[in-house]
Amino acid sequence: MSDHHHKETFVTKYIFSQDHKMISKQYLITGIFMGVIGVFMSMLFRLQIAWPEHSFSIIEAFLGRHQDGGVMSPDIYLALVTIHGTIMVFFVLTAGLSGTFSNLLIPLQIGARDMASGFLNMISYWLFFLSSIIMMISLFVEAGPASAGWTIYPPLSALPQAIPGSGVGMTLWLVSMAIFIASSLLGALNYIVTVLNLRTIGMKMTRLPLTIWAFFVTAIIGVVSFPVLLSAALLLIFDRSFGTSFYLSDIFIDGGVLHYQGGSPILFEHLFWFLGHPEVYIVILPAMGIVSEIMAVNSRKPIFGYRAMIGSIIAIAFLSTIVWGHHMFVTGMNPFLGSVFTFTTLLIAIPSAVKAFNWITTLWKGNLQMNVAMLFSIGFVSTFVSGGLTGLILGDSALDINVHDTYFVVAHFHLVMGVSAILGMFAGVYHWFPKMFGRMMNKTLGYWHFWLTAVAAYGVFFPMHFVGLAGLPRRYYMNTAFPYFDDLSDINVVITMFALLGGLAQFLFLSNFFFSIYKGKKASQNPWNATTLEWTTPVEHIHGNWPGEIPAVHRWAYDYSKPGADEDFIQQTVPLKEGEEES
Amino acid sequence: MLALFYILIGISIASVIWQLTNIFNLKTDIADESDNDQQGKLMFAFMVGFYALMIFCFWKYSAVLLPEAASREGARIDNLYMYTMGLILIVQAIMQFLIFYFAYKYRGIKGRKALFYSDSHKLETIWTITPSVVLAGLIIYGLSVWVDITDVSDMENPMVIEIYAKQFSWEARYAGDDNALGRANVRFIKGKNTMGVDMTDLNAADDIPVRELHLVKGRPVIFKLRSQDVLHSAYMPHFRNQMNCVPGMVTQMAFTPTMTTEEMRLNDKIVAKVENINKIRAEKGEDTYEFDYLLLCNKICGASHYNMQMKIIVETEDEFEDWMLSQQSITEVLK
Repeated sequence: MSDHHHKETFVTKYIFSQDHKMISKQYLITGIFMGVIGVFMSMLFRLQIAWPEHSFSIIEAFLGRHQDGGVMSPDIYLALVTIHGTIMVFFVLTAGLSGTFSNLLIPLQIGARDMASGFLNMISYWLFFLSSIIMMISLFVEAGPASAGWTIYPPLSALPQAIPGSGVGMTLWLVSMAIFIASSLLGALNYIVTVLNLRTIGMKMTRLPLTIWAFFVTAIIGVVSFPVLLSAALLLIFDRSFGTSFYLSDIFIDGGVLHYQGGSPILFEHLFWFLGHPEVYIVILPAMGIVSEIMAVNSRKPIFGYRAMIGSIIAIAFLSTIVWGHHMFVTGMNPFLGSVFTFTTLLIAIPSAVKAFNWITTLWKGNLQMNVAMLFSIGFVSTFVSGGLTGLILGDSALDINVHDTYFVVAHFHLVMGVSAILGMFAGVYHWFPKMFGRMMNKTLGYWHFWLTAVAAYGVFFPMHFVGLAGLPRRYYMNTAFPYFDDLSDINVVITMFALLGGLAQFLFLSNFFFSIYKGKKASQNPWNATTLEWTTPVEHIHGNWPGEIPAVHRWAYDYSKPGADEDFIQQTVPLKEGEEES
Repeated sequence: MLALFYILIGISIASVIWQLTNIFNLKTDIADESDNDQQGKLMFAFMVGFYALMIFCFWKYSAVLLPEAASREGARIDNLYMYTMGLILIVQAIMQFLIFYFAYKYRGIKGRKALFYSDSHKLETIWTITPSVVLAGLIIYGLSVWVDITDVSDMENPMVIEIYAKQFSWEARYAGDDNALGRANVRFIKGKNTMGVDMTDLNAADDIPVRELHLVKGRPVIFKLRSQDVLHSAYMPHFRNQMNCVPGMVTQMAFTPTMTTEEMRLNDKIVAKVENINKIRAEKGEDTYEFDYLLLCNKICGASHYNMQMKIIVETEDEFEDWMLSQQSITEVLK
């Protein structure tokens, strides 16, 4: 591939680039842009939750006809939570996280010139870009964007009579997601093919860094589950536009009976969660891979239990496809089926526990280099444990029915997959920034960014468990309709304050990120003294990654502080010494 | 609180801007010895702060939590919950300590070499087997409770009540003397027949439509749930139960109330909670609140999702009979 030098123009280099490194940057910057919008929306609706009838000029400025005198309307409140969820789950934590790091690291860490198909890779990004644009456009339609919750359960999502957002807004949502899924599938297929076929000499599957294992397995889950969401969305489009009754039956609305008969919303819920649950692992597995890698590098120790880590990734991936029903304990699903899903769901705790113990053991007796990426990785383990443990309550059908759809759930999944994945993503950005842009990020700002984010994350989501355990349902425009909840208003104010602190702290990241791209200190080739292949490439990006031959690999990725070696790391390209055993 | 909020925003913005000036300090990129030391200590401090936050929340916010369950099934759920929560808290306390303490203890020192420790079958076996055993216990206990609360075949003389949801209110229908609900479908909705009861069904004649839910202490209830338009969910937190209302099908939930509304109003936790609520309401100049059981809509259903109300009253058999006598059957209503 390195032989044919075609001339690069501005357009082929920066816009329609087929180079995985450029595509990875495109994913990251689009993801950050979407993240800013998603987080900003959460700030707006947190204001509404804390001070329901207070007038805010910021709401007046941004919500236009969807507000009255600085107080948002109930419809736009629901739209904000819907689009916040959609953007954060799909556009930031799926495309932004997996798209960025799979693209950057798969070729670099396995020793390949590029992805198996650079062209498909480019198409994948531009489909993602297109779907982002359509989702943004949906914010500006007259009746407002989709507002049936990010899970878009019909009939609410099918009937504009039921909520205005289910008109054009929902149509655009569905079109955007269909394109998003196409993008995600093209990306995932490319990752799988690349990992299987383009590894360099000596790069056995058992020598791959855990990042690659995580991206690889994530791609497989994506290929298995995303098409199901596509069919769910298509059938919903049919119900909405062509009068079919896949999900709808016996509906009386606006003073008349609709013609739908024989469909079931529960069918949609099954299809949705068949993707929706694996989706949370699509989000969290890449973060786990990133954190495993960064922890080993910065602890100057091998990751503890490499094979167990791979085994648990595979176990989690397998289990993730057979637990979706735990989102549906109270839908009217047969209780026996509920028992089965309780059983499979609680099993996931086993590989998750193994991972957590292995990370902690990796820290044990290390020589921890407290780089910013390392702080975020430690934060990841903490929030993953805090959030994961409450899964024992939500996964248990008998306990779930009392906290289902309350703020307890919101607290749980934000900690375990929202905050954790975001922390993992930040860790990855700080760690591989020198690889992406050839410059270093500022560590002082990074430290402030981490501590403010960590404090805000727990300040928001720890008290939120109590709001849920008090019985307050999520997605309530205001909590004052039931005086029973009046004593929760103080907690909600505290939560909102921490949320705003967390939101503001991200400016430190944004300015550090964009400033460092242009003005950061020039990076050396291997700033963190890591063993993996990406640090053997030149700092300046070249097409084809390595100027000469692709190096061969002689050992696993985690020879840190190996006894008998002079330095505390041995790169994968260094041959085994005579008599040296591979770990 | 609002003033505090603006002050906090001011401080945050100021500190963010103050830190932004650091951006021009290009020398800082890789952590050095003093960073390792400082950040390691901060990890320890964060751990202390996190424990303080957890303890504070449990101390301060336990007052807002739900009181003891008001149903037989809810008591079993609470028991399971206590065991699970106890386990979670123990594991959480240990794990968080290990994470942050190790981060502090092993913060990097120049010249020290980390221990090359890549594998231990013994350790990994221990921490695969231990969670497996604990989880097996939780699963077995959890499923026994689940079967108990979903299986209604052993309920003695249950009262059958339909809960009917629509944007944005609730209705209910008692089965009457025959304790059997008449068929219903939205296609029969007409005039006062707001729930679409099929009057040709013989079971329907004595059904009693109501706008207030009355339950009898000690008498099992089986709820049949329907929806008129979109998904709703009937959530009764004090009875620890919830079930979706799904257009096109009838769903079911059941429990046995164990405390009347009057008894619950005298519950210590509720007394304290209501007192606190009324203090807050008095400050805002709102009228006094008296406790009632809640029926909440817990599935996003549209603009007024947050305000779907119906009163639930649990009372003695006699009080219930009196109330029932004052209600009209659907045949009378439609006359």
